[in-house]
Amino acid sequence: MTTTDATTATAPGVIGQRLLRREDPALLTGEAKFTNDMHVPGALHLAVLRSPYAHARITKVDVSAALQVPGVRAAYSGADLADLWAAPMPCAWPVTDDMKNPPHHPLATDKVCYVGDGVACVLADSDTAAHDALEAIDVEYEALEAVTDLEDALSDRVLVHEDLGTNTSYTWALKVEESEGAVDRAFAEAAHTVSERYVQQRLIPMAMEPRAVLSMPQPFGGDVTLYSATQVPHILKVMTAITLGIGEHQVRVVAPSVGGGFGSKLNVYAEELLCVALSRKHGVPVRWNETRSENTMATIHGRGQIQHIELAADDNGKLTGIRVRLIGDMGAYLQLVTPGIPLLGAFLYAGVYDLPKAYDFECTSVFTTMTPTDAYRGAGRPEATYAIERAMDALAGEVGVDPLELRRRNFIPTESYPYEAFSGLTYDSANHDGAATMAAEMLGYDELRARQAEQNVDGASKRIGIGVSSYFEMCGLAPSRVLASLNYGAGGWEAATVRVLPTSKVQVVTGSTPHGQGHETSWSMIAAEKLGIAPEDIDVLHSDTAVSPLGLDTYGSRSLPVGGVAVAMACDKVIDKAKQIAAHQLEASPDDLEFAGGAFTVKGSPDRTMPLAAIAFEAFTAHDLPDGLEPNLEAQVTYDPPNFSWPFGTHMCAVEVDVDTGEIEILKYVAIDDCGVQVNPLIVDGQVHGGVVQGIAQALYEEAVYDTDGNLTTSTLAEYLVPAASDVPPITTGHTVTPSPTNQLGVKGVGEAGTIGAAPAVINAVVDALSGLGVRDVPMPASPLNVWNAINHAQEAPK
Amino acid sequence: MEISVTVNGATHTSDVEPRTLLVHYVREHLGLTGTNVGCDTSSCGACSLHLDGEAVKSCTVLAVQADGTEITTIEGMAAADGTLHPMQQAFMENHGLQCGYCTPGMVMAATSLLQENPSPTEEDIRLGLEGNLCRCTGYHNIVQAVMACAAAPTA
Repeated sequence: MTTTDATTATAPGVIGQRLLRREDPALLTGEAKFTNDMHVPGALHLAVLRSPYAHARITKVDVSAALQVPGVRAAYSGADLADLWAAPMPCAWPVTDDMKNPPHHPLATDKVCYVGDGVACVLADSDTAAHDALEAIDVEYEALEAVTDLEDALSDRVLVHEDLGTNTSYTWALKVEESEGAVDRAFAEAAHTVSERYVQQRLIPMAMEPRAVLSMPQPFGGDVTLYSATQVPHILKVMTAITLGIGEHQVRVVAPSVGGGFGSKLNVYAEELLCVALSRKHGVPVRWNETRSENTMATIHGRGQIQHIELAADDNGKLTGIRVRLIGDMGAYLQLVTPGIPLLGAFLYAGVYDLPKAYDFECTSVFTTMTPTDAYRGAGRPEATYAIERAMDALAGEVGVDPLELRRRNFIPTESYPYEAFSGLTYDSANHDGAATMAAEMLGYDELRARQAEQNVDGASKRIGIGVSSYFEMCGLAPSRVLASLNYGAGGWEAATVRVLPTSKVQVVTGSTPHGQGHETSWSMIAAEKLGIAPEDIDVLHSDTAVSPLGLDTYGSRSLPVGGVAVAMACDKVIDKAKQIAAHQLEASPDDLEFAGGAFTVKGSPDRTMPLAAIAFEAFTAHDLPDGLEPNLEAQVTYDPPNFSWPFGTHMCAVEVDVDTGEIEILKYVAIDDCGVQVNPLIVDGQVHGGVVQGIAQALYEEAVYDTDGNLTTSTLAEYLVPAASDVPPITTGHTVTPSPTNQLGVKGVGEAGTIGAAPAVINAVVDALSGLGVRDVPMPASPLNVWNAINHAQEAPK
Repeated sequence: MEISVTVNGATHTSDVEPRTLLVHYVREHLGLTGTNVGCDTSSCGACSLHLDGEAVKSCTVLAVQADGTEITTIEGMAAADGTLHPMQQAFMENHGLQCGYCTPGMVMAATSLLQENPSPTEEDIRLGLEGNLCRCTGYHNIVQAVMACAAAPTA
């Protein structure tokens, strides 16, 4: 269901159609090639021996017996390879000048700091031989105490990296006050306050394709091609060059079909560096395929925060101040953007609400003896949204109003957009009440409240709850100058090239790197709309740094509002150039030409017309071009967005909780998401469905559990509960359309919206169901046990 | 050990190690890489294929156990002229795939499901596919695709 309160500038063209995806036939027939599918004769297989200890000194590594295993070509300890690394593994986001960042190399040498830390490796003729040989490697450890609790880590009782003298990596603060003391005054003068503590459990991203790497050295010249299941071939190319001391021009990175990422493939991993280094050392291709059990330990985790949030409000429940204290779990080391994840949420703890300049945020991030954390779908923003949306429900309880009504009293009014927020960021456009109203109608909010009042009586074994969650996505990473202010180590631009070939077929080259999002389909639609050429005549090239040398890849819901807009802008440049050729050939002034339907026409003379196809051929032969104009019809654009993209929406969830068993049934889930103009609504809905289910998964099922010795006890898909089809409800989607004013397409991102909106909607519903029993919170995941415990603790608590 | 299997209509005789899993045999010996490996606990279903007409997780079958059987992999589903199998077509039309990694297994499981139960309810489909995990789609459109395929007159 879709309603539109603003028409798109380009309707009724290609943009906005539910075009079927051109990516699908190859994926549906098994033709598509993932990294692990590529057949490379003579490749050696890498296997990595991983630490069974969370924290230990390495006292001995002896690989000699591994060399005796049939099929084994080489075996190395971390110390054996230490000379291969020109620099430690990269962290590109030193959030503060004094951030602590311990050196981190592809294989550990002196110490291991989490279960799964690599200590040695084997190269063999087959994957099975390589894994067999791992068992022959003799490693002796001197075990140290693990630290898996964030508050314990903060105490420095056990130091993960002794040389640092502390487990604290950094403290980062954002305090914005109208005048000094504004936050304290807001709390002192508040009619209502709430103070809440929430735990964002660790999550395992669990893309269905585990990581895979294949490094192919060229026969001469020292060049290397790295195939990897990565979201970020361009970033990986730069970092591989720096880390291994190879000229960047000698490294080509290709991401073939990639089976999902969700942030977990937004990184530079030890195995990528090992494959490149060892393939160069041995002069043969080297490949590595991650097993799922490795994936759960050796690929980054997500979330991992303890949140304290305090809200101050006046007697109407209108927010007057917010205070946030976070502890962030970095894990054992800083990966590519680990420290920046909590900061991405720092600007969103006021959610979609009008807050005066009375905001005090501070995050302290600590090392623990667990797998490093990093970006996982939403990265900082689901955490922030969860905290404010849960706290808003707590505040509604304090004030004594319906949670939806409290939100309405606080929504940033539609007429105040573009809205300058307390933080100094400008939110581009939104209509929060519109989305909330639509969600309430589609859920049947009032009817469910009536049914709830009837059903949730004393002694009821099944209680109904309704959860509301309104959100901003804050995505489209990002204006480079804003990233500079956050100390991020790169820009936020994206590149696109549009090339009209002599036969009028079109190549669109993008620096975005799809791994399931359907960029080929959507980008071809954008170019088709702009150029008046059929989508099927447009090819989209990507994910290979030799083909698309400039790019900053795909994460943070940035592809469409940055990369897609770059495609549109490159089309404009092509049209500008084509116009000069058309004017020359039609002997008209460029100002007198109109471009529509793929052809230039002299205004007022419909017979004087020249199609883009003819111009492309003229540009190619270059026989008769205007003086000084270069041949060929091609343009490149590098687009640095002027603002983030601000998709928003309201999700609502109705649940029924069995108070005897703690079991939760989702009765209905409604997601109203506004991502501005939709290029392909089919794909938008798909993104929302998948995002919502990942949010429901955090709310109800998933948790990376460590025991006190630092062992991951949910290290396979048998223990880590990725929901199946039978565990989740159908998703009712709806959309309002509020175009972004900051780009010509009016588009915003949508990849993370579902995940951001879902977890608080579900938990608000669960707590709402149980509030009559005195329950104020249920920790995630709201497993039957956690629900049952919450009920029983509330019942036992002194009244 | 020598085994003989018919895969997508062609008979193959191969010498395999006793420990070789059927999925590795199909992928590495026969080069049919459409069947994917997504876990090591028989949890995800990405490796589902048809063994004597029934969907199995090929990571839980040894290649030697498949001796003498008939196997269909995802590569054998479309017609020789490239026309997609109705289930593949339904997945495409309903946007039942995103990254596509679980998709071959999901298509094999879904076709097997419809053979057993040609008119499933939505609940039947969700339960019938619970052995196949997808991380992208939230299952909504996969369920829609299977329902559409079941309802299609030619399926």
